[in-house]
Amino acid sequence: MTEPTTGPTGEPTSEPTRELTPQPLSGAPRVEREFTVQTRSQWSMVLRRFLQHKAAVLSLALLVLIAIAAFAGASLWHYSYRDLTGDYSKPPSWKHPFGTDASGHDSFAQVLRGAQRSLEIALFVAIAATFIGTIAGAVAGFYGGWRDNLLMRLVDLVLTLPAIAIAAVLGHEFGGRASGWFYIALVFSALLWAPMARVIRGVTLSLREKEFVEAARALGASDSRIIFRHILPNTVGPIIVNLTIYVAVAILAETALSFVGFGVRAPDVSLGNLVSNAATAASTRPWLFYFPGLVIIMIALTINFIGDGLRDALDPTQNRVRS
Amino acid sequence: MLAYIVRRLLIAIPVIFVSTILVFGMVSLSGDPLSDFKFTIKQRNSPAIAAQVIAAEEHRLRLDQPLPERYVNWISGVVLHGDFGPARHLNGSIASNLGERMLSTLQMLVLAMVLALFLAVFVGVISAVKQYSAMDYAFTFAGFLFLSMPVFWLAVLLKEFLAIRVNNALGRTVLFTIGEETPGLTGGFWTQFTDQLGHLILPTMVLAMTSYAAWSRFQRSSMLDVLNSDYVRLARAKGLSNRRVMVRHGLRTALIPLTTVVAIDFAGLLSGVIITETVFSREGMGRLLLQGIAGKDVYVVMAWLLVASVLVIVFNLIADILYALLDPRIRLD
Repeated sequence: MTEPTTGPTGEPTSEPTRELTPQPLSGAPRVEREFTVQTRSQWSMVLRRFLQHKAAVLSLALLVLIAIAAFAGASLWHYSYRDLTGDYSKPPSWKHPFGTDASGHDSFAQVLRGAQRSLEIALFVAIAATFIGTIAGAVAGFYGGWRDNLLMRLVDLVLTLPAIAIAAVLGHEFGGRASGWFYIALVFSALLWAPMARVIRGVTLSLREKEFVEAARALGASDSRIIFRHILPNTVGPIIVNLTIYVAVAILAETALSFVGFGVRAPDVSLGNLVSNAATAASTRPWLFYFPGLVIIMIALTINFIGDGLRDALDPTQNRVRS
Repeated sequence: MLAYIVRRLLIAIPVIFVSTILVFGMVSLSGDPLSDFKFTIKQRNSPAIAAQVIAAEEHRLRLDQPLPERYVNWISGVVLHGDFGPARHLNGSIASNLGERMLSTLQMLVLAMVLALFLAVFVGVISAVKQYSAMDYAFTFAGFLFLSMPVFWLAVLLKEFLAIRVNNALGRTVLFTIGEETPGLTGGFWTQFTDQLGHLILPTMVLAMTSYAAWSRFQRSSMLDVLNSDYVRLARAKGLSNRRVMVRHGLRTALIPLTTVVAIDFAGLLSGVIITETVFSREGMGRLLLQGIAGKDVYVVMAWLLVASVLVIVFNLIADILYALLDPRIRLD
C-alpha cells in the first residue's frame, strides 16, 4: 500500500547477500566498511518497511491492547465472567459497560474472557497448522517423487472438505467436554494446514534449485540440515504472513462453528458463543450482540491489516509499481 | 483437451474414494449414534423388549457389522444403486431429500457467485485503475471489513436494518428473512416467482459479500500486474483509446487468474451456505447436514460430505478447463 522508500543502500545490495549467506536469520548488523553508507540487515529493512505501513502499525497497537485486556484485564475487572450480578438484561451503564445478560452475567467480563478463549484457540490453530503445513510443504517440495505425490494428494483431499462441516461433525462429539476448546482447535489445525503446505511447497521447489543449496550439498550437508538450515529460513516471509492470516481465519471459523451450535459451549465462553447466543436478541438486547461482534471484527480486521503490512514488508518485489 | 479431462477425472476418483474411507471412519468412530435412542427405549420398555428393539435398530443401521464391512456395503450401495444407506429421521430416502435440497442450495450458491464475481471484478478493476485514490482506499477498507466479519453477524445486521427498513418504506414485505417461500401463497407464476426471489435476495447477498471481499483484492492485484506490463504500455503507445486498452487488453487478461481463486474458494462457499441457511431458516443442504449431525444420522452426514466433495472436485475441474480455454499460453495435451 505504501510505496517502500528504501534507504541509500536499498534492496540491490541486500539481495545478493541474502542469496549467498545461508543464515539470513541472524539479525546482527554487519561490520561497517570504510566509507560506504551503513548497511542494513534484512530484518531491520523489513522493520522499516513495516513501520511505513500506517494501517498495519496502528492495527498492531490496537491488537496488542485487545490482547492485554483479554489476558490481564479479566483478573483486574471487578466482575468475573461467572459472577451473577443480580442485574438482569440491563443496558450498558458505568457499572456494566457492555450491559448484562438474562441470567445476570456482566457482559464486559464475559467479552474479556471470551476474547481470551478465542485468541487461545486462534493462536493454537495458527501455530499448529503452520507447523504441520510448513514441514509437509518443505518435504514435498524438497524430495519430490512419491513423497510429493502422497502429500499433495492429501492436501487435495483436505481441501475438498468444507471445514465447518467436518468441524461440526467432530465438534458435536468432543466440543461438549471440559477442554472442548482444545479439541476444536485441534480439528481446525488438522484442516487448515493444507493451503500452507501448498505455498511452502511452491517456494521450496524454486529454492532447492538455487546455488546455495547446491553448495551446501557439495559440502556434505544432510537433507534435514539443508531443509532446516538453508531452505526453511528463506521461506520465513510466506510463513509469517500466512500464520498471521490464520489467526483471523481461525477466530472467524470458531465463531461460525459456535453459531451452528457445535463450538465452545457453556460454561466455557468464547466470542463466538457469546455473539451467537445473542443473535436472536439482536433487536431486543442489542448490546449483547454488538459488543462481542465488534470485538471479533476488530481482532480479525487488525490481523488482516497486519498481514497486509507484513506482506509488503517481507516481499517488496510483489508491490513494486513500475513507472 | 479431452484426454486431459479424462485424466483429471481418473485422478479425482481415487481422491474421492480415499476421502470416503477417511470420512466414513471418522464419522463412525466419533461416538455411538444410538446412545440417546438406547436411553429412551430402556426407560420406556422392559429390558427384554428394549434389547430386541435396540438390536433391530442396530441391524437396520448396519451397526452390527464390523466397520470395514459396513463401509463396503455403504459404498457399493452408493455406487451401484444410488442408495445412500438407511436414514433415521427423514421422510423418504436420503437421495431424494438431498436432491430436493440441493436445488434450493445451488440456486442460492450460483446466484451468490455471479453477484460476488461481478462486484469483485468491478471493485477490483476500479481500485487498480485508480490506484492510491480515495476510492481505492475506501474499497480496500470495505474489503478488509467484509473479510473480517462473521457471516451470520452480517446476516443478522441485514435482517435487522436493511430488511425491516426497506419493508417499512415500501409498506409491504419485499425482503423476506425466513424460509424459501410464503407458506400457502396462491397466485400465478409471477406472484410465486417474485415471492421466491424476495426470499432469496438477503441470503444471496450475505453469501456473496463473504467471498466478494477476497476476490476483489485478488482482482485488484491481478489487474495491477497487467496494467504495468509491457504489452499494455505498447497498446497505449500505439494510440489506442484508454477504454480499449483497459477492456480489451487489460481486463481480458486480468480475469484469467480469478477462475482459479473462485474454484479454490468453492469449499469455503459451501461452509458459508451452512451458516446462511441457518440464519435464514432455509431448508437447503446446509440445514440437512446440521440436522443430520444433531440427530446422529450417520448416513445423512456421510451422503452430504460425499456430495460436497464431488461438487468441489467437479468445480475445480471446470475451473481448470476454463483456465486452459482462456489462457492461450496453457496447453494441456
